[in-house]
Amino acid sequence: MSTEALIQVIASGLLMGLIYALIAVGLSLIFGLMDVVNFAHGEFLMVAMYATFGLWLVSGIDPVLLAPAVTALLFVMGALVYLGIVRYAMRAKANIGMVQIFATFGLAILIQGLSQYFFTPDYRSISNTWLGGHTLNVFGVYLPWPQIYGGVISVLVFGGLYLLMSRTDFGRALEATREDQGAVALVGIDRNRVFALGWGLGAALVGIAGAVLAIFYYIHPQVGATFALIAYVTVALGGFGSVFGALVAGVIVGLVEALTAVILPSSLKAVGVYALYLGVVFVRPSGLFGRL
Amino acid sequence: MLLDVEKLTTSYRGLIAISDISLAVAEGEIVAVAGANGAGKSTLLKSISGMERPRDGAVTFAGDRIETLPAHLITARGLAYVPENRRLFPRLSVYDNLRLGSYMHRKLPDRDAPLERCFALFPRLKERLSQRAETLSGGEQQMLAISRALMTRPKLLMLDEPSQGIMPKLVDEIFQAVLSIRATGVTILIVEQRLAESLEIADRGYVLQTGRVVLSGSAADLRDNPDIRRAYLGI
Repeated sequence: MSTEALIQVIASGLLMGLIYALIAVGLSLIFGLMDVVNFAHGEFLMVAMYATFGLWLVSGIDPVLLAPAVTALLFVMGALVYLGIVRYAMRAKANIGMVQIFATFGLAILIQGLSQYFFTPDYRSISNTWLGGHTLNVFGVYLPWPQIYGGVISVLVFGGLYLLMSRTDFGRALEATREDQGAVALVGIDRNRVFALGWGLGAALVGIAGAVLAIFYYIHPQVGATFALIAYVTVALGGFGSVFGALVAGVIVGLVEALTAVILPSSLKAVGVYALYLGVVFVRPSGLFGRL
Repeated sequence: MLLDVEKLTTSYRGLIAISDISLAVAEGEIVAVAGANGAGKSTLLKSISGMERPRDGAVTFAGDRIETLPAHLITARGLAYVPENRRLFPRLSVYDNLRLGSYMHRKLPDRDAPLERCFALFPRLKERLSQRAETLSGGEQQMLAISRALMTRPKLLMLDEPSQGIMPKLVDEIFQAVLSIRATGVTILIVEQRLAESLEIADRGYVLQTGRVVLSGSAADLRDNPDIRRAYLGI
């Protein structure tokens, strides 16, 4: 394999990894905040992709410009899912873990069913966009513009998230609630409000990812499941609850996936990622940056 | 009365922890609640602060009934509670813990005004600002917990066993701080096993036994009460 081809693989893997990180971070954030695994995370992504598609269809506006609206929409959806479902699931007196799993898993099935019904199982795609189909040629390495855009957005989002977590009062409240959700009332913080905003934020992050993916990926009711599986691996690798673990792990997953595709037939490209996951489970079950 | 507790009853899983407790705290007072382990002292404070839901009875704070309010709204009304296990945010810095205390007042231009007072009370906190709360000693953690509560700008400060798990040298410092806090206009309700020390700084006191008030009166009367001298003061 030539050096150029290797650089090509690494660059593509890196960009896709940044996008995986963006998909996964909301999942990790919500888990870190309240120990709830959102099994509807992939469906949030799917909703964001359909929302981008739908808005593009009716308005003709380019998906790049639609991203803020889709992000806002998902924020509202995430907050409502907490307030309408998860909040009640957390009140279970027994088997609380199971109740939470079934609540979010049931929601995933509901969202999938609704999209099959309303949008049909047909594959959709957004055509004639600013970025779609264009590539950038850097010294013989070809990079698709949608992935470059996704990678840049991911880096910007993680930067913004870092500032939000470390520099703002909301970030402090979020950290404090992670530390001791029962104690925040002692300083006058309503943990339900923090949880609702946390779910909104987690969903908004996957919303941005959906708005990016919709540019270059097919949109269909099962699309969430494909990426959700990678997101769970990413979060487990980075450490459940670790926001910046998700960034590092996403990049690792992207690179491993790209390199596996070189060695094995492309239909087996996922094998490397899951082998890596298995290794993590055996060697370091808490993940790279986990606190478990 | 700033705080009026009437016939408060709280139970855990059907077991009554406190029963029919009535007590009152006037503005500017230091009131001590004493009693052995398991007498219901902590349950009493939890029930007032909203951390536990009382089964029966009424709590009136600054003229309003609060016994059904969620805990964060009780804090917002000016009733700060420092629990027995302090409940700091262990991985956050001392400074962040203090800033969270003033979270409710984040829109105020003088948000951190109480900070100087906290440093005056506990100078060692100022040296430890960037340290994680979990790295502090027991006494320092207590100082931080009290300071965090002061950052919420309370009218009434409730302290649950502030002397517990603390070097004897620091216990006195904490009790002196309680007096200084009162001097700045904050009313104090303190729960203690160390009856002698708490009666020294208190104006009035209540003694709990198996969830009920068995004695109450001025601090001086309680100190002179022969039963108390025998049972608690070891004289």
